[in-house]
Amino acid sequence: MKVRIFVSLKPGVLDPQGRAVHHALEGLGFRGVEDVRVGRLIELDVADGTADATLKDMCEKLLANTVIENYRIEKLETV
Amino acid sequence: MAFRAAVVTFPGSNCDRDLADALEKVSGAPAIRVWHGDAELPERLDFIGLPGGFSYGDYLRCGAMAARSPIVRAVVEAANKGVPVLGVCNGFQVLTESGLLPGALMRNAQLTFVCRTVPLEVENSQSLFTAGYEQGETIHLPVAHHDGNYFADEATLDRLEGEGRVAFRYGENCNGSQRAIAGVLNAQGNVLGMMPHPERAIEPEMGNSDGRVLFESAVEGLVGV
Repeated sequence: MKVRIFVSLKPGVLDPQGRAVHHALEGLGFRGVEDVRVGRLIELDVADGTADATLKDMCEKLLANTVIENYRIEKLETV
Repeated sequence: MAFRAAVVTFPGSNCDRDLADALEKVSGAPAIRVWHGDAELPERLDFIGLPGGFSYGDYLRCGAMAARSPIVRAVVEAANKGVPVLGVCNGFQVLTESGLLPGALMRNAQLTFVCRTVPLEVENSQSLFTAGYEQGETIHLPVAHHDGNYFADEATLDRLEGEGRVAFRYGENCNGSQRAIAGVLNAQGNVLGMMPHPERAIEPEMGNSDGRVLFESAVEGLVGV
């Protein structure tokens, strides 16, 4: 089963990288970009039937730092 | 009794030798070098040092992989029993990732690597590590990092300040840290994490020996003069 974990900075946590990318987009002439946040995508290939609780545990214990980051789990194939 | 310090080396550590050297120069006893894959620390330790560098290539997040290595599980156990632990730079990142210290160290606000000597204010001169400094004294130590921007939520910051757990504050906020925090203590006061490098400032030949006082404080506090 393929699982995607999206890790992003919590709202309110300043994202210097996002701000730099935002600035660069404006520099290239793209208008109307309100905000940019840079996150991380982690793709896992796990055994079918891996429990949601286990995936959550992986996120909390390693994949995301919950002091500053939120995560979202997306399962691509289910059994 | 000889001072027994251990310094942990992770793959990618690059300040481990300097840290071991500083401890030996000040205490007179060589620091025991420990490898990241070791599951146990030497017995009867007086002090544990987590050095700067780029452990595990900074994969995932700075300090994230090191914080889950076998040796750091042993360090957490020792810290919880009261063994003093100093984490410098990447060592500070490992301490926040392991949960021994609150908060997180994010990419510098200006996005660039900062490498220079900065002024620091000693905010707490009562701790084991800072007893040799004067309260409110300004010292100078080198910083060299890309991810030293200290972040914690407001409630945590208020708690740290209220409990006197901010050990050092930047005189010049070189990385965007919340409340210019450069070094943090745990609640028990036996764990200190800091971005500046005291081990790089222990001899006049290094241009500055302000960092030596930190090691002297710890050694004197633990074994007596």
